[in-house]
Amino acid sequence: MKKRMMALVSMALAGAMILPMAAMAGETEAAAAAADEGKVLNIEVWNEEFKSRITDHYPGYEKTDDTHGKIGDVTVNWIITPNDDNAYQNNLDTVLPGNADASADDKVDMFLIEADYAKKYIDADANVAMPLKDLGITSDDLSKQYKYTQDVVTDANGDLRGTSWQACSAGLIYNRAAAKEVLGTDDPAEVQKAVADWDTYNETAKKMADAGYLMQSTVNDTYRVYSNNVSGPWVQDGKVVIDDNIKKWVDDSKAQVDAKETTTAELWSDDWSKGFYPEGKVFCYFGPAWLINFSMKADDEKSIAAQGGWGLVNGPQGFFWGGTWICAAQGTDNPSLVKDIMLKMTTDDDIMKEIAQKDSDCVNNKEVLKALASDDSGSNKVLGGQNPYQMLADGAEKVDMSNISIYDQGCNEEFQKAMKNYFDGNASYDDALAQFKSAIVEKYPELTTD
Amino acid sequence: MKKKKSVVTRYNRWGYIFLIPFAVVFVTFQLIPLCTTIYNSFFENYMSGLRKVGPNFIGLKNYAKLLTEGDLGKYFCNTMIMWILGFVPQIILSLLLSAWFTNPQLRLKGQRFFKTVIYLPNLIMAAAFSMLFFTLFSKGGPVNSILVAVGVFKEPYDFMAHIGSVRGLVGFMNCLMWFGNTTILLMAGMMGIPDSLYEAAEVDGATPGQIFWKVTMPLLKPIFVYVLVTSLIGGLQMFDVPQILTNGSGDPMRTSMTLIMYLNKHLFSKNFGMAGALSVLLLILTGFLSAIVFQVTAKDEVQ
Repeated sequence: MKKRMMALVSMALAGAMILPMAAMAGETEAAAAAADEGKVLNIEVWNEEFKSRITDHYPGYEKTDDTHGKIGDVTVNWIITPNDDNAYQNNLDTVLPGNADASADDKVDMFLIEADYAKKYIDADANVAMPLKDLGITSDDLSKQYKYTQDVVTDANGDLRGTSWQACSAGLIYNRAAAKEVLGTDDPAEVQKAVADWDTYNETAKKMADAGYLMQSTVNDTYRVYSNNVSGPWVQDGKVVIDDNIKKWVDDSKAQVDAKETTTAELWSDDWSKGFYPEGKVFCYFGPAWLINFSMKADDEKSIAAQGGWGLVNGPQGFFWGGTWICAAQGTDNPSLVKDIMLKMTTDDDIMKEIAQKDSDCVNNKEVLKALASDDSGSNKVLGGQNPYQMLADGAEKVDMSNISIYDQGCNEEFQKAMKNYFDGNASYDDALAQFKSAIVEKYPELTTD
Repeated sequence: MKKKKSVVTRYNRWGYIFLIPFAVVFVTFQLIPLCTTIYNSFFENYMSGLRKVGPNFIGLKNYAKLLTEGDLGKYFCNTMIMWILGFVPQIILSLLLSAWFTNPQLRLKGQRFFKTVIYLPNLIMAAAFSMLFFTLFSKGGPVNSILVAVGVFKEPYDFMAHIGSVRGLVGFMNCLMWFGNTTILLMAGMMGIPDSLYEAAEVDGATPGQIFWKVTMPLLKPIFVYVLVTSLIGGLQMFDVPQILTNGSGDPMRTSMTLIMYLNKHLFSKNFGMAGALSVLLLILTGFLSAIVFQVTAKDEVQ
C-alpha cells in the first residue's frame, strides 16, 4: 500500500515536471512560426499621413476599413493615438518596453516617430526600435538618403534604428508682393541677397517694418533655423548648456520685437497665420515643402498661396522642419514584412517619385529630387511656378543634426515659452532663463542647470 | 432576549449592505490612492525617456526640495489671488441676485428663465470655456478688433502677455462659471428663512438694507460658510481654466500658474515622488485653510 502511494506520488511529481516542459516546447514552436508570418501587423501612428502613403503607394495593400487593411493574408491594424498632450508618446512608453512578451496579435510591429523626440526611442539602452541591420537592411540600400535623416535615428553605437521617406529641408518663404514693394524685385536670387545671413536679415527687417510689414510673423518662426545650427547638444555631461546660436536668437528676436518687426505669437495660432493673406502684411515664413503645400491656406482663393504669391529662397541658415521616421518595434513578429515596407517606402525610386508627385512630399531620395529639379512637373503653384526641388535638395545636404539629444523636445519648447516673457517685457533675460531652468528640472529631474 | 437581538442585528445588516457600494468605491478610488500617494512621496521615482529611475527611498528629500527650491509660495499666492478675483465678485453678484429672486415684494417676472440662464455657463466644460476666451481675447481676436474699432485702444492689446489681464480673465471666467451655482445655493438658504421674520422686521419699520444685514445674513450663515469652504477648496484645485488659457505655461512669468498646474508639470517625467509630495502638502494646506474658515465663521455659534 505504502509502496504504491510512493509510486503514485513520484509519477505525479514527474508528470508535474514534464507537462509544463511540453507546454513550453509548444509555445516556443508557435513563436517560431509566428516570427515567419505574424497574422497581424500593428502600426502605431499619430495621424493619417503614413496610412494614406501606404494605401496609395505600397503594392498589394488593400484597405478594408478606416483603421484596417490587408497585405496578402496579413491584417494591417492602424493604431492611431493623437499627439495632443503627449498622448502618443505616453502610449508608446506603455506598450514598447513589454512588446516582446505581448501576444502575437497584439505585438506592435512598427511605430512612427518625429525628430524632436527620436533619440528617446532609438536609444541603444532602451532598445525598443530594432537596428536596421538586424532586419537585413544595409547601408547600400539607404545610399540615396540624405545624411541628416540618418543622423536623427542613429544611436550611440552608430547603428541606424529608423528610416524616413521624407527630407523636410526647409527655406525662407517670402511674400513676392512685399519683396517687389520694398526690395524692388521678387527674383529669388536677389531676395536671397537681402536675407543671406542674420545681419542682412535684420537690416531687411527694418526696411520691412518701415513699409508696414512684419519681417516674419513671430519670433518662433526663426527659432528652428537657429536651433538647427547649434555647435553642441542641449545637455552636456548632465548639465543644460545654452548654445551661442540660441543666445543669438534671443538677442536678435528681442531687438525685432522691440522694434515691432515681429510678434511673439505661437506657431499655428490665428495671429501667426494671418500673414497667409495679403492684408496680414507679413514678409516671410520659414518652412519646408509641406508647409507650402498644405498649411498656407492655398484652398482659400483670397490667400496669397492661391494667387501663387510666395517665393522660396535658402534664407540665412539651412534647417529642416518635421518629417516622419519609421521604426521596427523590437519584438515584432513580422520582420520580413516590416523590412519590405521600409525598403519600398523609403528607398524605391519609382514609389518615391510617385509620392513626390502625388503628395508633394519632399522625398528622402537624392536621385528622385535631382530628376524633379530638372523637370517641369516639379514647378509649384503656391510659389508662382518656381521649382523648389533644387533648393530643397541643396538644403537637405546642408542640414546637420549631429547635435540632437533626447532632451531636445523639452528644452526647445520650454526655452521658447520662457523667452516669450523676456520678449514681451515681463521679465529680464536672467529671470526668463531662471524660469526655463526650473521648467527643465521639472521635466528632467536628473539634469542640473548651474 | 437572544432572539430579539438577532432581529435587530439582521435588520441593521441592511444598512451595511447599502453602504457597500459607497465603501468599495471610496476605498478603491480614494483611500488606496491617498495612501499610495503619501507612500510614493518618500521615494525618488521617475522616468527619464524610457529609462526608469527608482523607486529609491529618500525620506523627506522631496518635501525639502519642494519647500526650498521650488516657487511653491508663489504658486500658492497666484492661486489665492485668482480665486479671490473670481470669488469676491461672484459672491456679491450671487447675494444680490438671490436676494432679488427670493424677495416676495419684488415679484420678479421670468424667474425660471433667468435661473436657467445664469446656470448655463456652468454646463460648458471649463476647458472649452477657457479655449473660447483664449480665442476671443487673442491679439487678433474679436474683442481686440472691437476695442480698436471703437477707439478704446490704438493698437491691439495682448491680453495674454500681461499679468493683470491674464489673472483678471481667469477670475472673470471662474466668476461667470460659478455665480449661477452659488446663486441657487444661496437662494435655497434664503428660502429656508421663515417669512414671519421678514414680516416682523417690516412691521418694526426696518429698511430693506437692515433686513438684509440683520435678518438674512445671520440666518444664511451655515449655507454661506458651506459656499465659502467649497469654493475655497475648488479654488485651491484651480487647474483647467488657467491651464488652457495660458497653454500650460502659467505665463507671464508663471504669475498665473496654480498649485495643480505645478503638480501637472511633474507628470511629464512621471515623477511620482515629487508629485506625491506636492499632493500631500496640498492636502495639509486644504485642511488647514478649511479649519481656519470654520473657526472664523462659526465662532459666534460656538459661543
